[in-house]
Amino acid sequence: MRVYVPLDAAAKALGADEVAAAIQAEAARRGVEITLVRNGSRGMVWLEPLVEVATDLGRMAFGPMTTADVAALFEDLKAHPKALGLTEELPWMLRQTRLTFARCGVIDPLSLDEYELHHGLKGLKRALSLSDADIVAEVRESGLRGRGGAGFPTGIKWETVRTAKADQKYIVCNADEGDSATFADRMLMEGDPFTLIEGMAIAGLAVGATKGYIYTRSEYPDAVSQMTRAIQIARAAGVLGPSVLGSGRAFDMEVRVGAGAYVCGEETSLLNSLEGKRGTVRAKPPLPALQGFLGKPTVVNNVISLASVPVILDRGAAFYKNFGMGRSQGTMALQLAGNVKFGGLFETAFGLTLGEIVDDIGGGTATGRPVKAVQVGGPLGAWFPRALFDTPFTYEDFATRGGLIGHAGLTVADDSVDMLKMARFALEFCAIESCGKCTPCRLGAVRGVETVDRIARGDAAAIPLLTDLCDTMKAGSLCALGGFTPYPVMSALTHFPDDFAVMREAAE
Amino acid sequence: MTSHDPQLVHRVREILNDHKGMEGPLLPILHAVQHAFGFVPQEAIPVIAAELQMTRAEVHGVVSFYHDYRDHPPAAHTVRLCRAEACQALGAERVAAHAKAKLGVDWHGQAHGVALEPVFCLGLCACGPAAQVDGKLVARLDEDKVDAILGGMI
Repeated sequence: MRVYVPLDAAAKALGADEVAAAIQAEAARRGVEITLVRNGSRGMVWLEPLVEVATDLGRMAFGPMTTADVAALFEDLKAHPKALGLTEELPWMLRQTRLTFARCGVIDPLSLDEYELHHGLKGLKRALSLSDADIVAEVRESGLRGRGGAGFPTGIKWETVRTAKADQKYIVCNADEGDSATFADRMLMEGDPFTLIEGMAIAGLAVGATKGYIYTRSEYPDAVSQMTRAIQIARAAGVLGPSVLGSGRAFDMEVRVGAGAYVCGEETSLLNSLEGKRGTVRAKPPLPALQGFLGKPTVVNNVISLASVPVILDRGAAFYKNFGMGRSQGTMALQLAGNVKFGGLFETAFGLTLGEIVDDIGGGTATGRPVKAVQVGGPLGAWFPRALFDTPFTYEDFATRGGLIGHAGLTVADDSVDMLKMARFALEFCAIESCGKCTPCRLGAVRGVETVDRIARGDAAAIPLLTDLCDTMKAGSLCALGGFTPYPVMSALTHFPDDFAVMREAAE
Repeated sequence: MTSHDPQLVHRVREILNDHKGMEGPLLPILHAVQHAFGFVPQEAIPVIAAELQMTRAEVHGVVSFYHDYRDHPPAAHTVRLCRAEACQALGAERVAAHAKAKLGVDWHGQAHGVALEPVFCLGLCACGPAAQVDGKLVARLDEDKVDAILGGMI
């Protein structure tokens, strides 16, 4: 009997370790031989811990499991009270296009053999047969853009690094996933770490870099240990090291852990932090592509960008760009979070509307109350009201509507949310996390909190002041922390003016 | 500043030795020092600075920049509650207020051997409110779970 219990941090936080232990104990008690695989998450967080049992028909899913449900797994499976049917036939799975997350939840994350059985290493092998320029051309033609939030074309960034002349170049993976509502990087690192390793190795071949770093968060201890073990396994198997897959070409990498500073998700802060400095932002230019880690040409890409490269090299640019809409090509790993009925990770081609994502895929709120607002793109993203639910999920359409898709995290909030409080929180967060280098961010955030407090006390004259302050922060900040904090603030003010007028009306 | 604790200096030098040849070693060194002592002792800073050819002020600047590094020993227990938006949408503020009242402290406060710390995102945004209790992740936190967690500590 082959049983799968996720090791994903969300599954563990919901009791997966206890369920796994109970399954082992029950099997021992009954004298049943089982193979227990700790897989990644399938992304259906509302069903975690989601246990699967391999059957002749396919893998059957059971969830959300508790230790009390374990004994029944050893009896008639179809009669199990938590039986959901075949995993692959669940509507959530059927509706997705899983390219980057194809293996996540399916394989044993640390089995290189299983990885290869599921198309793993095919992209890297093809890359080894191509010239560096051809690898970059393939990525450029795929239309892949930075999945961390900025949306910059990955192939163009790679070309800049490839053509730079230097004795040493680097691949730096930005795994500093600090945005609320985002957990795709964590899920991939825990559930399919070899995909990220393969993507980074391909990037190294493409630009002539022999060393890579994954910079991730201290808040992600499971991802850190999983990535570290996967790198050791890949090195022992010759996927990493002085001769990648026997090619004679070197590439190796290591994991580095941040120390609890949100701003280090900004690429230049990240590079400073990686060098052992304070995580302050650097002015650009020079671009990190030309003077990045230790002043050398450096590719800085998000986890999902790099993890999307193997499938592009394996299946070809034309296959990948066939998905999506307009200049937003390929797939995006949507992360449904907050007060949402069906929360989790849903990979799909660009182009669904926000309403389809929230109401249809997400099923509305978990509390059953009406959806009031959805924050798209993390703490620096705009709050969208229902009136804008027809916005297609693409980089361009969200920009046109005064927002951004960011890392595709969506925080759903019901009608009990107070948007003035959320605007205040955005500014408070910016004040806590500002690196302090530029004035609009360092001081603007503090003044912003005070100004929102004035509005809350009924001072309507503070509203134009807040608008003016946001303009200054947007135009004058060095990086996205100060520059984008106005998105949640101004969208709250623009779309939910009533929340900013309550006190004033009460006073009048 | 010279250290008066030869054992401490010896341990820091061992850690420095383990990190030789690393590119940008300061954060890994500080993580290792905090792991060894529970915090980053003041006396460690000149030893690290000398090894990395930095000034003490530069090392202090790095230590003080990052939220993770402590300059004092940790409490017996640490409860980190997520304050970020996705957890707020599920009542994180209400749950935090309950925990604060129960302990009688605000953020960063300590009572009964329990430190209450805010955290901005644990990556459990689809099953919030989230917490990390002495390193263990907890999802779907509510007042009852807080009572159970704190009840086992105080």
